[in-house]
Amino acid sequence: MTINLDWGIFLQESPTGDGPYWTMLATGLQWTLATALTGWAIALLVGSIVGVLRTVPYRPLALLGDAYVEVFRNIPLLVQLFFWFFVWPELLPAEIGRWMKQDMPYPEFITAALGLGWFTAARVAEQVKSGILSLPRGQKNAALALGFSLPQTYRLVILPQAFRVVIPPLTSEFMNIFKNSAAALAIGLTELTFQMKQMVEYSNEVIVSIAAATVLYMMLAFAVNRGMAWLEKKARVPGMIGGGR
Amino acid sequence: MKALLPLALALSVLGTAHAEELTGTLKKIKDSGRIVVGVRDASQPFSFLVGNKQYVGYSVDLCNKIVDQVQKELKLKSLDVVYQPVTSQTRIPLMQNGTIDLECGSTTNSVERQKQVAFGVNMFWVNVRMAVKANSGIKSVADLNGKPVVTTTGTTSDRYIKQHEKGKNIDVKNLYGKDHDESFLMVETDRAAAFVMDDTLLAAKIAASKNPKDFVVIGEVLSGEPYGIMLRKDDPQFKKLVDSTLTAVYKSPEIEKIYAKWFTSPIPPKGVNLNMPMSDKMKDMLKNPSDKGI
Repeated sequence: MTINLDWGIFLQESPTGDGPYWTMLATGLQWTLATALTGWAIALLVGSIVGVLRTVPYRPLALLGDAYVEVFRNIPLLVQLFFWFFVWPELLPAEIGRWMKQDMPYPEFITAALGLGWFTAARVAEQVKSGILSLPRGQKNAALALGFSLPQTYRLVILPQAFRVVIPPLTSEFMNIFKNSAAALAIGLTELTFQMKQMVEYSNEVIVSIAAATVLYMMLAFAVNRGMAWLEKKARVPGMIGGGR
Repeated sequence: MKALLPLALALSVLGTAHAEELTGTLKKIKDSGRIVVGVRDASQPFSFLVGNKQYVGYSVDLCNKIVDQVQKELKLKSLDVVYQPVTSQTRIPLMQNGTIDLECGSTTNSVERQKQVAFGVNMFWVNVRMAVKANSGIKSVADLNGKPVVTTTGTTSDRYIKQHEKGKNIDVKNLYGKDHDESFLMVETDRAAAFVMDDTLLAAKIAASKNPKDFVVIGEVLSGEPYGIMLRKDDPQFKKLVDSTLTAVYKSPEIEKIYAKWFTSPIPPKGVNLNMPMSDKMKDMLKNPSDKGI
């Protein structure tokens, strides 16, 4: 029962004719990076808007924001990706559905980035909302009393503070989006986990292939973690939360 | 004659194996009183789950012959048979670490895999072809130029598309399904023009679909592959038992019956008939059993 580990496998040619095995993993890494970063940009934008909506003093807008978070946070990511990829095009008018399935460029990538972005946006919205609510009420009232309009109050007083408060929990979400991007293999995106599975199939070096993917994911998450820590330090305001250290 | 066959087989195996000490898998089975058989949940008609508890199929039937032979050979009064579900990713590691003793699924016997595990004499021959919608007008690989073609992740089929692309100067867009059901769904919903896979699997998916008449298996044979029953590497005693049991089945009329049961008769759970008579290549293979990989 000896297990054969061939660590030199990465330099061997893969039988698909795409070059050595490490290039398979490198291609996967590129798609993982592209999907996670695009998804993160969407998540930050949509999540911030929804998070702000949930705190504004207009009930219909706040309810709309709540509804978004409940829907996107309570359905498993895998089910959401399946829905956008397989179900949504069938619900649209036939012409548009056919375009989505056959002519849309990079259908797996676009579906994965949007699906991942919308899913993570619900979680970002929750963080942004709690960041805003964590500020003393006096901040908002003082700004309004000084004659700022509500949008100005948010833009100049509340959000700059709230975003600083939520950098640590957002770091976790940013790391999560890299790990969650692996779910996109279910709709055929050739990302890192997908390529790992292909490599397992062709080389039969199961343990070596999984170890390589594990290390790559860890490096990605660690880089994000360090990057966000740097951002947190850069954005620190002396006298504010954690800024006095 | 039929009654003599198992006897002759038992004698031939006993004659050699009993002269020496038990080693490897046979020793493990004798000591523990149980054999663990790796099976698949949805590899119709080779190895699949019916009614949430019973594993059946062509490979499972062959494996049961081996299990019976093991019990006879080891003179065990009772032998505990445990069916352990495996996937295409887990089957090799679970074999190597000793979790399963035999794997009865739809595993291609390849030279690369033989570096990690061993195979009994090949048990089936599949041809890699493609399934398309009957009204698509696609007749061969050449018609696929510029079209999306799907295959399943973790299988060896995508390399054949790539190899044929080069030979024919065509350019296809490769899509990947998570499993065979999803790949088939891509053809059903027009996301992909063709699904490239082992012909038996394609036939099974078409037979189980809502409108089997909408789909056809067409085009040239992209590749042929032998399926084998997997066992641990460097275990000559067990391999000998597996090979001689399978060879005896192949040389007897039993194989015809087992084949007909799964490929030319209605199979559970829906009672569809795959209607796939035995290919000449497969007949040859059964006449001259070998464990040569591709």
